[in-house]
Amino acid sequence: MIEVNKQGEVWVFAEQHASALEDVPVELLSKGRELADELGVKLGAVLIGDGVSGLCEMLGQYGADKVYLTENPHLEHYQTNTYTKVICQLIEEHKPQIVLYGATACGRDLAPRVASAAKAGLTADCTDLQIGHHEVKKTNTTYEKLLLQIRPAFGGNIIATIINYDRWPQMATVREGVMPMPEPNVANKAEVVKGDISISIDDMAIEILKEHRQKRKVNLKAARVIVAGGAGVGSKDNFKLIWDLAHCLGASPGATRAASDLGFIDGDHQIGQTGTTVRPSLYIAAGISGAIQHMAGMSDSKKIIAINNDPDAPIFGIAHYKIVGDLNVVIPMMINAIKEKV
Amino acid sequence: MGYNCVVLVKQVPDTKRITGQAMNEDGTVNRGALPAIFNPEDLNALELALEIKDRFGGTVTVVTMGLPAAATILRESLYRGADKAVLITDRGCAASDTLATSYIISCAVKKMDYDVVLCGRQAIDGDTAQVGPQLAEKLGIPQVTYIEELIDIKDGALTAKRNIGNGWQEVKAALPVLGTVIEEANYPRVGVGRKMMKYKKAMSPIEVAAQIAADNADASDDEKAKLAEAKCNSLKEKGLLIEQWDLDFLQADRQWCGRDGSPTKVHRIMSVVLEAKDSKEVQPDQGGIESMIHELIVEHTIG
Repeated sequence: MIEVNKQGEVWVFAEQHASALEDVPVELLSKGRELADELGVKLGAVLIGDGVSGLCEMLGQYGADKVYLTENPHLEHYQTNTYTKVICQLIEEHKPQIVLYGATACGRDLAPRVASAAKAGLTADCTDLQIGHHEVKKTNTTYEKLLLQIRPAFGGNIIATIINYDRWPQMATVREGVMPMPEPNVANKAEVVKGDISISIDDMAIEILKEHRQKRKVNLKAARVIVAGGAGVGSKDNFKLIWDLAHCLGASPGATRAASDLGFIDGDHQIGQTGTTVRPSLYIAAGISGAIQHMAGMSDSKKIIAINNDPDAPIFGIAHYKIVGDLNVVIPMMINAIKEKV
Repeated sequence: MGYNCVVLVKQVPDTKRITGQAMNEDGTVNRGALPAIFNPEDLNALELALEIKDRFGGTVTVVTMGLPAAATILRESLYRGADKAVLITDRGCAASDTLATSYIISCAVKKMDYDVVLCGRQAIDGDTAQVGPQLAEKLGIPQVTYIEELIDIKDGALTAKRNIGNGWQEVKAALPVLGTVIEEANYPRVGVGRKMMKYKKAMSPIEVAAQIAADNADASDDEKAKLAEAKCNSLKEKGLLIEQWDLDFLQADRQWCGRDGSPTKVHRIMSVVLEAKDSKEVQPDQGGIESMIHELIVEHTIG
């Protein structure tokens, strides 16, 4: 735990694997830049690994003022204990006011361990971050310029805003894809601050025997148009309709958790609270009733077309175009209409 | 031989099955109306512990922190094969965030002899996945998160396959170790009839006191206390007493418990109301579809 420190910087954990930066720290740098500017402080990226100094330039171009670089052969692969040790020492030394992590498998493993060791607060899976104030009526105190950590809770049925005003740093993990990717600015250069934290073999609590990482086969986040199917599509064979419509629009096929659990399509295509968060120009939802867990991952789409034979399906509540009808009839009609017009 | 497993479980509102009855008129969720269930991934953690017991021998102790009603999931754990159940309940636990919760649970686990601590990856009410790693830190032991397969335990170390989102890892960690378990790990067994017959009588002291008070309304407080003590002793002899621990018993430092021990506070809660700004009905016929597609092309959404 560190004291409240209004001069403290805003930090982003620069998650990398095999010297390749993940998307989420880049997304966080754009949000972090906004927060740091509003607070009038510097934005730092925390980069840990071995032979990763080449990423400093890129972190600067995406908005970091400083890169806290810690390199050591024992830090080549992410491990909870070693990375926790480095981050805790950096926090102790530099006293940042905000530390952000991507809500990835790695970030969700690391951040709570750091929070526990630092006796600091942590909010999981935020979908938005803002700067605001908080009043405590009992003591008639107003805390200015706090990090408002906004997240869905209760299975996505409520949106909670969490703050921590007395024990810092204020820490949060942030869902992938909820903050837009910034454009790099090649003129921006970050100051590199090298740490000298000693890490030895004794700090390695686990041994990684084997590892397999694959690039995601589909990149739904970058898709301009998504055609998604739910359980209502009925079968894997019938999911061909979704693929066909996607194909003629140059779109990416997506799915609800129910559809991917039923084996209609690979889990990589899953959109929603578990799965990818997307914000395309057009989202076509076919045979999707609109569970809140799904809608949480796509409701920011610019235009939404919903096709469902149940007029009371919740998805119609957020649709710009509501088509009450049989998707087996409607989708072929759409394909024809598109082929004729485009 | 054998390993002592401690499994952390939580009773949660069933947020995945929100029906009409659980909604308030303003469209918000009436949490009180949601059924309370065994957190799904905690069942996978319990199953993994029972598998360890089946394979290597040892014991399975189930621990929960919650209201007295959470004894329900402890009984369910006993039906499935747990050996012992502990309920941590105290008003001082209320309003604990994940940091305070992990501190309180660490005080309880430190009282036990354990080789492996298991819990579900996350609970469906908060979905934070934080208590596991925080507890591992407080216990000063390694953590293996997102276990999808336990490979082996031998020579004082556990090997497991973990799901890291875009792939997997096989890792080895020296005991004692904490693992968080995902739903893909196994199919939780159901309760065994014989055990259900036995353990449906299992009670916590708070439940005993409530039953004695209800059955002996006219008795004095002293008499009730004596009756309750006798009943607890008899349950204990039969192995049917759910242990109940409070913060004093745990010798927990209150500055790290409950609201005081929680750095995170709720600033605001809003119900989710999802709505489109302008929406139009499209007829499911050729004319309707064609004009919709035409609109989308004109405004360059597609094409």
